[in-house]
Amino acid sequence: MKSLITLAALAVSLVAVPPLMAAPPKEVVSDGVVKIGVLTDMSGVYSTLGGKGTQVGVEMAVKDFGGKVLGKPIVVIGADHQNKADIASAKAREWFDNEKVDMITGLLNSGCALAVQKLGGDKHRITMNTGAASTDLTNGAWTPYSIHYVYDTYALGKVTGQAVVQTGGKSWFFITADYAFGQSLEGNTSLFVKKLGGKVVGSVRHPLSSADFSSYLLQAQASGAQIIGLANAGGDTINAIKQAREFGIGQKGQKLVGLLIFDTDIKSLGLNVAQGMQFTSGFYWDRDNATRAFSKRFFDIHKAMPTMDQAGAYSATMNYLKAIKAAGTDEPDAVMAKLKSMDISDFFAVNGKIRIDGRMVHDMYLMEVKKPSDSKGEWDLLKIVKTVPGDEAFMPLSESTCPAVKK
Amino acid sequence: MGMSVQTVLSQVMLGLNNGVFYAILSLGLAVIFGLLNIVNFVHGALYMLGAYVALLGFTMLGPLLGKPDFHLNYWAALIVAPLVVGALGVLIEKTMLRRLRKFDHLYGLLLTFGLALIIQGVFTNYFNVSGDAYDGKPESLSGVVDLGFMLFPKYRVWVIGSSLAVCFGTWFVIERTKLGSYLRAGTENPELVKAFGINVPLMITLTYGFGVGLAAFAGVLAAPIYSVSPVMGSEMIITVFAVVVIGGMGSIMGSILTGLLLGMVEGFTKVVYAPASSTVIFLIMVLVLLVKPAGLFGKET
Repeated sequence: MKSLITLAALAVSLVAVPPLMAAPPKEVVSDGVVKIGVLTDMSGVYSTLGGKGTQVGVEMAVKDFGGKVLGKPIVVIGADHQNKADIASAKAREWFDNEKVDMITGLLNSGCALAVQKLGGDKHRITMNTGAASTDLTNGAWTPYSIHYVYDTYALGKVTGQAVVQTGGKSWFFITADYAFGQSLEGNTSLFVKKLGGKVVGSVRHPLSSADFSSYLLQAQASGAQIIGLANAGGDTINAIKQAREFGIGQKGQKLVGLLIFDTDIKSLGLNVAQGMQFTSGFYWDRDNATRAFSKRFFDIHKAMPTMDQAGAYSATMNYLKAIKAAGTDEPDAVMAKLKSMDISDFFAVNGKIRIDGRMVHDMYLMEVKKPSDSKGEWDLLKIVKTVPGDEAFMPLSESTCPAVKK
Repeated sequence: MGMSVQTVLSQVMLGLNNGVFYAILSLGLAVIFGLLNIVNFVHGALYMLGAYVALLGFTMLGPLLGKPDFHLNYWAALIVAPLVVGALGVLIEKTMLRRLRKFDHLYGLLLTFGLALIIQGVFTNYFNVSGDAYDGKPESLSGVVDLGFMLFPKYRVWVIGSSLAVCFGTWFVIERTKLGSYLRAGTENPELVKAFGINVPLMITLTYGFGVGLAAFAGVLAAPIYSVSPVMGSEMIITVFAVVVIGGMGSIMGSILTGLLLGMVEGFTKVVYAPASSTVIFLIMVLVLLVKPAGLFGKET
């Protein structure tokens, strides 16, 4: 009853107060703090390429920004979603409801990312995804508060798929991680393979984090396909490549193509095993002076060079904070409007722009693993074969099924 | 997918390859459960530890001793790792598990589970979770052999052969020798065996050490095939416990045969319907528990 009266009183006051007084002095920064949550795989198959390193990236950005925005402190917290969508969404809910978290980043693993992004949409909180890859995030699962920052399965499939088909790899067999990400990557890559006149002769779907790939590899070998496409990531890709070598697959005629590979995977495999492999990345630490400078600082803290997820988390955080400063508030709608109108340009993103569908479009790179004899240091792993402008690499808006894109 | 004889035979080999790991790990669990009545949840972590002894012995031991060129080679690791981990097992038994003997199984389970989490946590903190490559595979075991129906890595042939030898050797010692008869008698009636002048507590400690040593042996065998990572044990141990439950807790031969069999079942699932390969063992576990609650080889109590 009391609340009803309050409500009535509020309604009356809204009507009665003259228009000039209508907007009460708005709280510039909600709860007096800007809180950024890093929710990602901190202990499982993906934790080397994301994990603590992603949090390090975010913390570096906050420090470089000065630790405060609009005079209010910036706080970073982190948690492990264990690659389980239910844990990810429970944690995100707790963060949004009780911890006053304003933005969640990281979000490796498309399954977890989709769950958290949906929740962010419902709660009007920003998610800046640096880890997950599924193109669903900017299509069917789009929300007004979602940004997909680093890469996606469309760009990976297109850049790598084209490069491989154009050099003669016409028939493909996929070994695919059996969840949202793997399926999306296989689907997108197949599309480009077929478009360029190639064909897909078969595929096999394996559970996430499998130790033994020999059975799948033999199926791929028996298929007679020229290319064995690995639509998986992290520890799964590493095990698959290692075991292919053990069975002598990928040495006679057939070729192994990893569709999503991170620097840290190459490090685990060793150049001897990985040399010559081509793949697509959104970032390489040794690209130019700016990337080297950042990566050196990152290395001093984390003892490893940053992956695209980790460097992307720095850039995403930095631009989020810049947008808050420019908007003069951390109110999500205002910040999103700024993010989508400003240029994203730093060591990470060249010619970056956040589109209406939340896709951050920036240059992508076709990479090749160096021969052991060409490598000059522990982290001298890759060379950039080709730079692909963002507009060519990512899905054009004309193909998008995002509800925000007017057709 | 059509199944030619060739496909079937290659899957049998691959299944056997996975199966020997299940067999050797579940054998250790069965020995420990049989004699100590302890559900040894730390088994997976000790398997991982075995792999790390091999890895670190190869990469870090030399520099640590001031001799950068020294590598603990693979063959030495096969002996050293079980000894190191076995010694750790003896320590665990003497200082912790022993105190829980008079209590319910549950306490031993909780203790070993906690230990597993601690060991895995410490390793996760210091080592790469996606795994490090073990480069110490001996030259004599690299390359492939032509089995007629497939090219099979030599190393995996060695893994299958040596594991089977260790498994059946263990079975022989426990079931067919005098020492084994002491062990079995010690489980049935420790008081009586003590009366014959046999040091039962020592026997139990050494059995535990041997059981976990088996896990370390499997860890060294696994190192060149899989990436050596802090989570390799926890991924394995759940399946292995399902194997033990299906085979019947405490049955030595049961655990070996079930391990081999389920490795093959899993292998075939990967061909027929791959997404189910991580669940098929648990499905079988449910079915077996419904029909034979004591397990395939277990004695009804």
